[in-house]
Amino acid sequence: MSRRAALWAALLGAGVLLIVLGVWNGGARDVLAKAVKICSECIGLG
Amino acid sequence: MDRRLKTPRVRRLIQLYAALLYNAHLKGFAKGQIYTGPLKNLCVPGLNCYSCPGAVAACPLGALQNAIASAADRPAFYVVGVLLVFGLLLGRVICGFLCPFGLIQELLHKIPTKKVKKSPLTRRISRIKYVLLVLLVVVIPLYFAFRRVPLPAFCKYVCPAGTLEGAVLLLLHPANTALRSLIGGLFWWKLWVLLAVLLGCVFVYRAFCRFLCPLGALYGLLSKLALLGVRVDPSRCTDCGACVSQCPTDIRRVGDAECVHCMHCITVCPTKAISFRAGKLVLHGPELPERRRHS
Repeated sequence: MSRRAALWAALLGAGVLLIVLGVWNGGARDVLAKAVKICSECIGLG
Repeated sequence: MDRRLKTPRVRRLIQLYAALLYNAHLKGFAKGQIYTGPLKNLCVPGLNCYSCPGAVAACPLGALQNAIASAADRPAFYVVGVLLVFGLLLGRVICGFLCPFGLIQELLHKIPTKKVKKSPLTRRISRIKYVLLVLLVVVIPLYFAFRRVPLPAFCKYVCPAGTLEGAVLLLLHPANTALRSLIGGLFWWKLWVLLAVLLGCVFVYRAFCRFLCPLGALYGLLSKLALLGVRVDPSRCTDCGACVSQCPTDIRRVGDAECVHCMHCITVCPTKAISFRAGKLVLHGPELPERRRHS
């Protein structure tokens, strides 16, 4: 395995781990909570 | 028929399908309301405002800023992980194939006018997106997070995708008179930014992606490692420079951080040295027909 491939695999593993940790710590729920409301900043209302 | 000639049409179809898939809540356009179902736990890879009435999932850039804005309560593991996985698998192929705002810019650029070509100046301007990524997406939301003020600064002051897909589509709907009554200076500022970006895209190829998009900047940082992308076969390359000189973006090398994977280089390469690959697997390019003939 080349160094680049090893780095890619390690970072991908870290990404997946972060997603799992994020689901566990409520980060995914936060995304849902924000996305189901109209984002006043996005539409320029404040 | 030469397979290479089909490349732009296939890419355009994928762009259209992606835009439709991201905004599959068609009922929302009719009712002037956004989708509130569980799919909004997920982020789409491209820039697509979650306040668009059709959006079925979250915008990764908006989600990142809001996660950073909540960093005082919990670390932004989820969105950072999602962006890392998207970047490592797809890189800026997302910009070329899976971004609805990229599609809008490309269609605007088809309006027949005199075009502004890339130059050393556009190359310098293309660095602005990295400044916006650091300042408006990371530093300012993080600074205000510890003062308990959520401030997704890019969404609030710049994002033209939010203004077009969210503000215009929501506020134009007759059902949203209450929202319209809240329009103030910030809205007009964002509308001017949107109009400037859209007008710029008529004259400059993908002006927003090249100069201002922090999501493209983020994916660009991972483009060297991304699994999917255009790659050069060094054994066939003659260093003629046709790929770089005819590329509409500010690349220095094929597939670098500025490359949005429009596939133009595959078409123009005289020695057929460029292909679109997933790792070592050739998905599209001059090697594909040969492989098929041998198999």
